[in-house]
Amino acid sequence: MSSASVTANEPMLLLRLWRNQEYRSVFIQIMTMLILFTFLGMIGNNVANNLEKAGKDFSFAFLSYPAGYDITFQPFISFSPTDTHFRAAIVGLLNTLLVAVSGVIIASIMGFTMGILRLSNNWLVSKLVYVFLEFTRNIPVLLHIFFVYSIFLYVLPVPKKAISLSDTVFLTNRGFFIPSPVFEDGFGYVWLALLLAIVAVVVFVIWERKNQDQTGENYPVITISAAIIIGLPLLTYFISGSPLSWEVPAIKGFNFKGGSSIKPEYIALTFALAYYTSCFIAEIVRAGILAVSGGQSEASHALGLSHGNTLRLVVIPQALRVIIPPLASQYLNLTKNSSLAIAIGYMDVVATIGGISLMQTGKEMETMIFVLMTYLIISLIISAFMNWFNKRMSLVER
Amino acid sequence: MRALEKIALTLIAVGALAFTATAGTLEDVKSRGELRCVVSTGVAGFAYPDSSGTWKGFDIDFCRATAAAVLGDSNAIKAVTSTGKTRFTKLNSGEGDVLWRNTTITFSRDVGVKLTFVGVNYYDGQGFMVNKSLGVTSATQLDGASVCIQTGTTTELNLADFFRQNNMSYEAVTIEKNSEARAAYLSGRCDIYTTDASGLAATRSTFPSPGNHIILPEIISKEPLGPAVRQGDDQWADIVRWIYNATVAAEELGVSSSNVDSMKGSNNPEILRLLGVEGSQGEELGMSKDWAYQVIKQVGNYGEIFERNIGTNTPIGLARGLNNQWTKGGLQYSPPFR
Repeated sequence: MSSASVTANEPMLLLRLWRNQEYRSVFIQIMTMLILFTFLGMIGNNVANNLEKAGKDFSFAFLSYPAGYDITFQPFISFSPTDTHFRAAIVGLLNTLLVAVSGVIIASIMGFTMGILRLSNNWLVSKLVYVFLEFTRNIPVLLHIFFVYSIFLYVLPVPKKAISLSDTVFLTNRGFFIPSPVFEDGFGYVWLALLLAIVAVVVFVIWERKNQDQTGENYPVITISAAIIIGLPLLTYFISGSPLSWEVPAIKGFNFKGGSSIKPEYIALTFALAYYTSCFIAEIVRAGILAVSGGQSEASHALGLSHGNTLRLVVIPQALRVIIPPLASQYLNLTKNSSLAIAIGYMDVVATIGGISLMQTGKEMETMIFVLMTYLIISLIISAFMNWFNKRMSLVER
Repeated sequence: MRALEKIALTLIAVGALAFTATAGTLEDVKSRGELRCVVSTGVAGFAYPDSSGTWKGFDIDFCRATAAAVLGDSNAIKAVTSTGKTRFTKLNSGEGDVLWRNTTITFSRDVGVKLTFVGVNYYDGQGFMVNKSLGVTSATQLDGASVCIQTGTTTELNLADFFRQNNMSYEAVTIEKNSEARAAYLSGRCDIYTTDASGLAATRSTFPSPGNHIILPEIISKEPLGPAVRQGDDQWADIVRWIYNATVAAEELGVSSSNVDSMKGSNNPEILRLLGVEGSQGEELGMSKDWAYQVIKQVGNYGEIFERNIGTNTPIGLARGLNNQWTKGGLQYSPPFR
């Protein structure tokens, strides 16, 4: 780097630029990007060429053609064979989301419970949970799904010999059949009461916080809130003359008719994914709690906080900072694993658009792109939410 | 994991689309010394690995016939297994050379999926199987029933059409693999199992007590099952077409694996042309002169293949029916070797 080399010739200048770390790294980055884009471009170009050679066009027009097949499980929007492939995809997507959301909720509850039990001082409880965790998470999830599904199919009876709970709920290997509510005139008041109750609870909670900050008084917030939310609508319900009746399922021909049903495929898939994932969550929770130093709970005990309050106010908020990032990836795993649905006949997005529609139309590229984009978007949303949650939680630190 | 599999499959498809050199399939097979057939993951009588792991069955025999004609060795095959859903991708991506996998010929597959179907080696139709204890005797009594289906087939569409036409409702349980769909049916999850009648017979033969299940008389669809090749390779399509024709013609002409050697001295010129004693048909197809001789010698004619794998003396127990020679009231009919 002497000042004498200012008048250096071309190659010397290049050499100097190369030796400069900043220039070098910019150069390497530019080259990497060039190579990457050339590679992607080549692949894209080749695909386009070969699709053309195979005489296939690339178009999503098929999405508006009638699908022609049936989807049994359609809890949100109705579907019949004359509807389009696009609607089939949406029905599948909603089914995927249903499994993902209910699976995540169950997995979280089970996972947190088991994670805490795993740290229990009770030898038996702790070991039992340990054995269950090790056994479950070392077996592939597909086998768990088959396992739960076959238990469902072979343990529960056929509809004609259904297990009936006081003739209103029926358990069969074709699903659980439960009465569905029929809302009559006047039920609107109950909804209104519920809305009022929620508003009241929000107001109460805000007031309670302020009050506690000022006076240090403690109210049993959860009990009071629950009483308002359940009590007010219930009272309205009886005052307005019980405007609700139930449609009870009854066997008719081959199957139960009337009421609502929960299909075995949904239960098996959700439950298997949930307990499988919960084992990983349990270990994450355990690690998170162990990461909080023992001095923290000792200090909080010394301050006079109860054991429950110590856990809730001191340990868990700190543990959550360790727990959330790996927890997010477990939620993502559960969502992606839900694509195993077709193995037991649950009609998710892979089974509908990525399965039957693909077969009927021969649009492999298009349907797979649709499915990939769907999973990508779901995963990115979960990711974004968990990142936001993580950020919020880590602020508690100060 | 399944998503991963899909991604992998797509990448294979993309990769194969992107990087396979498009030499003719015949040259590829010859230089490889092995024929890759896309077959099912296991249907009794049609394509299944036996206890020693050797692939057997009706479709497999046609695959062997193809290998015998092209390579001179009926054992030079590789079974590329595929589910109903992946079969066309595997063929189109070049993982397999030819599809011998009880596949129904339809307009959308021929035109939309860009395949070339070259013949019908089994005339089939979709039927229903139910447990005898239900007391059902006709498919029109099935209103409200639960139906187990294997996905990725024409079955779903036929089923939807049939129930719609007859103003009946049903609950479809759509499962990816035959084995799991069969288990769901046996457990009582479904009242009905539906697929092509040949598949029903094959599946039933593997039940613990086949006698408890009946196949209903209604056949609700036409299912011409046949081999397919990638579109755009006419020479290869011709080869597969005429190998199938050779098995049918051989049966009609009375040529079988036991008498094929003596038939070389026949005085019927068509037999002589078929066996390559006269004419140059093999060379015109780009194969050896005695290709059809090898097919019949090593594998057999259509009737032999049928009876050996799925005929009345096998556990599958299918009658020839529509698949008899046209001279005996069936539809199997080969254009002349002329």
